[in-house]
Amino acid sequence: MSSTEPSQLYAAREPIFPRRVSGRFRNLKWIILAITLGIYYILPWARWDRGPGMPDQAVLLDLGGRRFFFFSIEIWPHEFYFVAGLLIMAGLGLFLFTSALGRVWCGYTCPQTVWTDLFMLVERWVEGDRNNRLRLWRQGWTLQKIRLRLVKWTLWLLIALGTGGAWVFYFADAPTLLKDLLTGQALPVAYITVAVLTATTFAFAGFAREQICVYACPWPRIQAAMMDEDTITIAYREWRGEPRGKLLKGEQSPDATHQGDCIDCMACVNVCPMGIDIRDGQQLECITCALCIDACDEVMDKIGKPRGLIDYMALKDEAAERAGAHPTQIWRHVFRPRTMVYFTLWAGIGVALIAALLLRSPIDFNISPVRNPIYVTLSDGAIRNTYEMRLRNKQGEAAPFRISLTSDDPAVAGGLTLTLEGQIGDTVEVPADETLTQRIYVVAPAGSPMATAARTDISIWVEDMATSDKVSAETIFNGKGG
Amino acid sequence: MSKKPVKSPKKEVQTTGHSWDGIEEYNNPLPRWWLWTFYICVIWGVGYSVLYPAWPLINGATPGLLGHSTRADVAADIARFEAANAPIVEKLVSTELTEIANDPELINYTRNAGAAVFRTWCVQCHGSGAAGNPGGYPNLLDNDWLWGGDVETIHTTITHGIRNTDDPDARYSAMPAFGRDELLEPAQIAQVVQHVRAISGQEHDAALAADGAVVFEENCASCHMEDGTGDRTQGAPNLTDAIWLYGGDVATLTETVTNARFGVMPNWGGEFGRLTEAEVRAVALYVHSLGGGE
Repeated sequence: MSSTEPSQLYAAREPIFPRRVSGRFRNLKWIILAITLGIYYILPWARWDRGPGMPDQAVLLDLGGRRFFFFSIEIWPHEFYFVAGLLIMAGLGLFLFTSALGRVWCGYTCPQTVWTDLFMLVERWVEGDRNNRLRLWRQGWTLQKIRLRLVKWTLWLLIALGTGGAWVFYFADAPTLLKDLLTGQALPVAYITVAVLTATTFAFAGFAREQICVYACPWPRIQAAMMDEDTITIAYREWRGEPRGKLLKGEQSPDATHQGDCIDCMACVNVCPMGIDIRDGQQLECITCALCIDACDEVMDKIGKPRGLIDYMALKDEAAERAGAHPTQIWRHVFRPRTMVYFTLWAGIGVALIAALLLRSPIDFNISPVRNPIYVTLSDGAIRNTYEMRLRNKQGEAAPFRISLTSDDPAVAGGLTLTLEGQIGDTVEVPADETLTQRIYVVAPAGSPMATAARTDISIWVEDMATSDKVSAETIFNGKGG
Repeated sequence: MSKKPVKSPKKEVQTTGHSWDGIEEYNNPLPRWWLWTFYICVIWGVGYSVLYPAWPLINGATPGLLGHSTRADVAADIARFEAANAPIVEKLVSTELTEIANDPELINYTRNAGAAVFRTWCVQCHGSGAAGNPGGYPNLLDNDWLWGGDVETIHTTITHGIRNTDDPDARYSAMPAFGRDELLEPAQIAQVVQHVRAISGQEHDAALAADGAVVFEENCASCHMEDGTGDRTQGAPNLTDAIWLYGGDVATLTETVTNARFGVMPNWGGEFGRLTEAEVRAVALYVHSLGGGE
């Protein structure tokens, strides 16, 4: 078997010229394409009033100010676990959908698929359908070919520019940034980001296409572990289609009874954006875009055979149908232990995130006792503890906060004196959108129980004087004992 | 799922000729884009090693045509940092010491810059938490000061230091070694130690302390004052409070009176010190903000 001819160093890409197809899945894909692209391009322009001094962009990833705005939700860096949680949910969601419905993400919503679809639409519009494009590809560089190619690439480049351009609007105020970009006043990083994303969109959706899915993307490798015999995926009813053969028009051929429903018209192969033959069975390349279903249904309608020679089905059912048994109901495939586990995990994290969001404290502060040294003896023998408080003002304007001290034991609270470094009285003003570090001193008189005990539990309270919100944190007072 | 074997690929695939137990190794070519990426990386690598420091030689590495150096980058970064800080440093030096605390920008700067200076130069004696160390390194957190705890006094102390020989303006005072120089008899020392314990509210022998009061008035009161509350102009500590630089127990007090103490601190600022005026001011403000500032 070993070949002696010199091997080539590289494998040239086999060009794919998918034919236009129409049908229910194609229509669904157009709708999803319009929705996803619409969200991507329009969302940065949505406004959301947050009051004075705050950005009014509905979705804004303010990297400079280190804050994420999502409609009424505002995420600070210390709350980054929300983003981590959302990413975990996205991952588990992918597991859930893949184990239930196969690679629906790849086929319908993956940006690579959506933009490739859009680029192919432009391609078909400029250069014509499969046969025209094949002819154009084979012929030399005539004037007409150069003209068509230039028109197509220009349109692609404009879409790519719009795509790369829209991305940066998520990171700054969109109208301001658009003006800056057009007048040449935006930051270099904005131009570089637009240029890089324009180039990748142009190259990935225009030229690399299925190669990204086959070579670059790890998901096709992982998905094999997510799918099983119950997963609803796209398959060919081989028991019905084989033996395939040309349909003899008008008359019944002698062996018509032995012939399967597949007339080997290659419609399913010609429409495939990945360039595969679904009749060969499950393949790594298949992104389950369902266009072969549309193509085959069209042909089955024409020749008067039932639809569904290529169909969404569980692989288990293909075997069952072959044996003459009834296929299992769809919901039995979808609701199985595996998907239930994924769903439970996914929903659990979702509920936890929502709960965390609703239970977020209106005032963000933390207090840590200074442990170097744990206490200081004053000249009159009193014991002083120092605490470092970090208090965050999230209100967009300077606000006063009152600091106080309590304890379960009223005698303790009465005996301790709280003062603030560099402040008069018990109030601090925190500038807008800043975190204040404030030293707090608590003094216990010489010989008092708090000064002689090893430790006393106390609570430090912060009251937002504008809203009267109060929160507390428990801490300890270290005395001489112990 | 299929009864048929998987269809063979469209083209005959080359094999390497290696075969183990009938399993052959395919010789699939690399995708073209992968190969191009590889070639581009090779070209880039050659260009990089010519332009940037790359090849190790015996005394360093080839410098590269661009003359790039991370050391020079650091120097430039430091210069840029200092240039960026120049306005606030200028403002810090030109503002009255007592006015600095009223300027939020300056107080924020001194809090951080002063902490950095403290961590670099002061922690060796005064500890990383500024709580001092046993053996004569004062705690800077409490409200007891040898020479004074307002910003200006702290600034003077840091600038000129204490009992050093480098700065003629260093704070200076010396306690006599009453025992070693035989100014007092051991019995008198024992008496005065009991007196000091009495005025600082500690357990003491009342009879000895009564005699000690006389010894104290004759020998100690000129610096430590008659009531023992000390004199900050001479750096004479307050002996009546709960804070001891060396220790308030009988053995330590006896040692102090017998051999005296002579704590020193370097002069950090001024003509002879190693810190700039801005750094001295920043660390003075920082120390003042640790809880004992007056």
